[in-house]
Amino acid sequence: MLHLKGLGKTYKTGDVALSDVTLEVPKGQIMGLIGPSGAGKSTLIRCINRLVEPTAGAVMLGDVDLASLGKRELRRQRRRIGMIFQEYALVERLTVMENVLSGRLGYVPFWRSFLRRYPPQDIQNAYRLLDRVGLMEHADKRADALSGGQRQRVGIARALAQEPELLLVDEPTASLDPKTSRQIMRLLTEICAERGLPAIVNIHDVPLAQQFMQRIVGLRAGRVVFDGPPEDLTEAALTEIYGAEDWHAMRAGDAEQAEAEAEARARMEALA
Amino acid sequence: MDWARVAAGLERGQRFVMGFLSPDFASRWTDIRQGLIESLTMTLTSTVVGVLISVPIGIGAARNLAPRAVYYLCRGIIAVSRALQEIIIAIFLVAMFGFGPFAGFLTLSFATIGFIAKLLADDIEEIEEAQAEAIRATGASWGQLVNYAIQPQVMPRLIGLSLYRLDINFRESAVIGIVGAGGIGATLNTAIDRYEYDSAGAILLIIIGIVMVAEYGSSYLRKFLQ
Repeated sequence: MLHLKGLGKTYKTGDVALSDVTLEVPKGQIMGLIGPSGAGKSTLIRCINRLVEPTAGAVMLGDVDLASLGKRELRRQRRRIGMIFQEYALVERLTVMENVLSGRLGYVPFWRSFLRRYPPQDIQNAYRLLDRVGLMEHADKRADALSGGQRQRVGIARALAQEPELLLVDEPTASLDPKTSRQIMRLLTEICAERGLPAIVNIHDVPLAQQFMQRIVGLRAGRVVFDGPPEDLTEAALTEIYGAEDWHAMRAGDAEQAEAEAEARARMEALA
Repeated sequence: MDWARVAAGLERGQRFVMGFLSPDFASRWTDIRQGLIESLTMTLTSTVVGVLISVPIGIGAARNLAPRAVYYLCRGIIAVSRALQEIIIAIFLVAMFGFGPFAGFLTLSFATIGFIAKLLADDIEEIEEAQAEAIRATGASWGQLVNYAIQPQVMPRLIGLSLYRLDINFRESAVIGIVGAGGIGATLNTAIDRYEYDSAGAILLIIIGIVMVAEYGSSYLRKFLQ
């Protein structure tokens, strides 16, 4: 389905973010991408829909090489790829419904999107998707009135509104609490299974990746250093990905930080 | 030091203060009304036209939306508009188009462009990029990107700035009238030239009143819109 061939990205500053990444993601497979910060996870998935321009290699989605397309054709091909973001990236001042319908922007002409006159089947489909992610009664609320988990559900519905053939998911749970994180991951995996959708999921939470992913790719300094099923992700493999440092200590550090952040947020909320 | 002149000046100053304290709205009322209507028309039309022209220029002057060449062109237009003070433009345009409110309308429209377009462009450059990235990832065109990801983020501030500019334009219309660009400023100038300080006092009081109404009105409207 998706085939990356020798994908590379070197920034103008000379920093090499990715080098010679070759991967194949078959239909229906959910692939987790793990690695330390700065390993190039985010760059990798952005090179696929060219929010970041790759500097080497090919991105084959079916028979189309996305890396070589002109602007117009790129926009048409982007419709085939749904993307879900870390901080949800919803348009906060628009309603939930408008956010879901924005997934159709690649299909409708400007005047329709400007006047919010979407074709009836798009609107029916949007309601169906909102129902699927459990937000039917929130359709007319503004996106910034929702909680984190609800916003991410809207993000999922927006990506699905594109009727994509591939999902790119960038740290879907990084701003969510552990319980909500699991709910969102479960929803994502269910939806992918229902539709036979392949997905690439950037995820820094290794246990979560092991629990939900069918395959795990480890990235370190822009190179693939691990590729296999979650069971093969041994201590040695993790050391290979995260470096010589004790990754347990790192995970503990992460947890502490998340705790401190949650505490700070609670304090802010108490103030407001 | 010519004490005789100081004494004369003092006396004139006293007459001015007295005139201000006993404003005469009645005897020049038709002139005042005419000037006010001109000023208010000038203010409203120039703000509307100025804002309408500012929006495309502001979008063009945002580094994250426009190609390099368009960016430099639009920033250039803004720089020229901001570099020239209203009175200077007014003198220039009065010389070109003659006395009267048309020159004033052009002056205020031109000044509005520098103000609104610059602040709009700066605002667009500071939007949350993630929202724009998400819209771009759906395959949206440039126009759809502006409509869905940029407009919702900058609209409330654009409305607030436009109301504020309406307020500024009214005050400026009183100033540029003095150099011949019509409106209440021209009426004020005539009254002073005729030594009719009681009428001048009345005009000043009306200007102060309208500015205050505009001030409260626009802050109320802004609150209402948010």
